[in-house]
Amino acid sequence: MSASISIKNVSKSFGKKVVLNNISLSVEPGQIYGLIGPSGSGKTTLVKLIVGMDRPSEGLVHVLDTPVPNLNLLQEIGYMAQADALYTDLTAEENLAFFASLFKLSKKVQKERIAYAADLVNLTDHLKKRVQDYSGGMKRRLSLAVALIQDPQVLVLDEPTVGIDPELRQSIWAEIQRLKMTGKTILVTTHVMDEAEKCDRLAMVRDGEIITSGSPQELKEHYGITSLEEVFLKAGGEKK
Amino acid sequence: MRILALLKRIIHQMVRDKRALAMMMVAPLLILTLLHYLLSSNTVDPRLGVTGVDETLVSQLKDKDIIVKQYDAQANLKQVIKDDDLDGFLQFDGDHINLTLINEQPSAAKALQMQVTQAIAAENAKEQAAKITTFIQTIQSKLQGAPIKLDQTKAPAISTKFIYGNEDTTFFDQLSPILVGFFVFFFVFLISGIALLRERTTGTLDRLLATPIQRRDIVFGYLSGYGLFAIIQTLIVVFYAVKVLDIMLVGSLWNVIIINLCLALVALSLGILLSAFANSEFQMMQFIPIAIIPQVFFAGIFPVEGMPEWMQVIAKCMPMYYGGDALVSVMYKGLGLSDIGIDLLVLLGFALVFIVLNVIALKKYRKI
Ligand SMILES: Nc1ncnc2c1ncn2[C@@H]1O[C@H](COP(=O)(O)OP(=O)(O)OP(=O)(O)O)[C@@H](O)[C@H]1O
Ligand SMILES: [Mg+2]
Repeated sequence: MSASISIKNVSKSFGKKVVLNNISLSVEPGQIYGLIGPSGSGKTTLVKLIVGMDRPSEGLVHVLDTPVPNLNLLQEIGYMAQADALYTDLTAEENLAFFASLFKLSKKVQKERIAYAADLVNLTDHLKKRVQDYSGGMKRRLSLAVALIQDPQVLVLDEPTVGIDPELRQSIWAEIQRLKMTGKTILVTTHVMDEAEKCDRLAMVRDGEIITSGSPQELKEHYGITSLEEVFLKAGGEKK
Repeated sequence: MRILALLKRIIHQMVRDKRALAMMMVAPLLILTLLHYLLSSNTVDPRLGVTGVDETLVSQLKDKDIIVKQYDAQANLKQVIKDDDLDGFLQFDGDHINLTLINEQPSAAKALQMQVTQAIAAENAKEQAAKITTFIQTIQSKLQGAPIKLDQTKAPAISTKFIYGNEDTTFFDQLSPILVGFFVFFFVFLISGIALLRERTTGTLDRLLATPIQRRDIVFGYLSGYGLFAIIQTLIVVFYAVKVLDIMLVGSLWNVIIINLCLALVALSLGILLSAFANSEFQMMQFIPIAIIPQVFFAGIFPVEGMPEWMQVIAKCMPMYYGGDALVSVMYKGLGLSDIGIDLLVLLGFALVFIVLNVIALKKYRKI
């Protein structure tokens, strides 16, 4: 089987502003692929192209060998947006149930998935609470649960651990690893370096371009440094 | 079945949002009640000061429900009118008649002016008739032979019939059908528009579009969700207007409900559509003076036939023009479904256009 996510020579501009410039990358099935880059570098824009919310100005995006955008493909993509997008006047359970009912799932499976996803992010005890009474971290976790609700093949997580305490962050990463074991492909964006260490492959993004990519180990060896942070600075420096 | 999911969610949200629910269900009733009492309240009898007016004219004026107050000749009329809270002052000065009106409320002043003129004219006619009689009698006495008989002209009795309404119909009876339709239109517009706007600004619309839902499913989900509340609202408003306020309803209640449902559908699709061009609740409110208020002007409160050509063209682009016409036809004139068929079709046409535009407008958020 070929790559789960394949991006070829993708550029994106808003008006005159070029936000992504000739980006190519491919994510193999069962991989955790990290996009790391400073604020405003274009990570979210790239993620939205992968999900199919927007079309690239140039280039091609394929997910599971299907050209994006494609409606049926969305059944297989779990998307966690950078900003929590939840119905705050509903309870967590109602949020999960609503999103579950938008996918092709039987009633029984819907119930199971809601229970599974809530348990995964430790929200089982708070399901009956309205989301407006949630803390920031709880909302983040609920967003992750929503992304997992339809048991998708590909997960696209835009800064999944922002606002989550270290302990829970650990457990979320443990779960991401476990999802990987079940054969899921995961693309995460982050600007936290220690999370980047946990990825199988990394692409460092700056000003809409991939400045370097490879496994964390390869990157460190290539630049002869032990910390990714320094790799990032060095790669960015070379580019300039 | 995604439409159903959306419908269920909207019901959940709406039932929790007590304020929006109250605004939709109770506010129209409050305004309608207020207007009902305002517009059907009795008019106050006008007060007229007179000087040099003879007794017969005074009693004529009194017959016309004018409160007459006798004065000696007055120098400063303005002061007297103000001090004694008069609506007008009638002065006979030999052959010259002076009528001074306070004109605080032009329509009341016009009415008083007309009544006074009528009374004076009637008085003159009587005098004239008396003079003619004496004249003829004088001539007769000078002539020989049998006297010529003078036929007295009797004032013909005019019996007035009304095709629509009756002598007791007030302005409110003609206005209320339009108001009922307008409130349904306005509140449905506001609630549905703001709901989709919130969906957009909180990012949930984006999130929704990251699921395999079709754009048209979103539009139809919204239409059915808020449509359900619009139906309930329509029923409450119409029943309240007809059963509690006892607004004139000559035609069928069902036709009234059908018209209002069509109006609600137009408002719903228009609200959702315009919300795509607003970035905040406040910007949504800014559409009210542009898109909503003019609808009232063209709904039949002011006769459209008398407007300049270009305004008539605008009127024909307003959904409320058709809604108002249909409602007045049924509630006031008692016409049936066949007479309002065109109006209903046009309304449904508006809704259809707005719905299609909605589906296209969502493309801005997801390309497929
Ligand atoms: N719809 C848009 N119209 C115009 N410019 C946009 C639009 N969306 C994003 N941009 C611009 O594209 C650039 C990249 O934005 P993007 O959200 O992809 O950054 P990011 O890497 O996700 O940043 P962060 O880490 O802060 O989330 C920014 O300069 C932003 O202003
Ligand atoms: Mg971002």
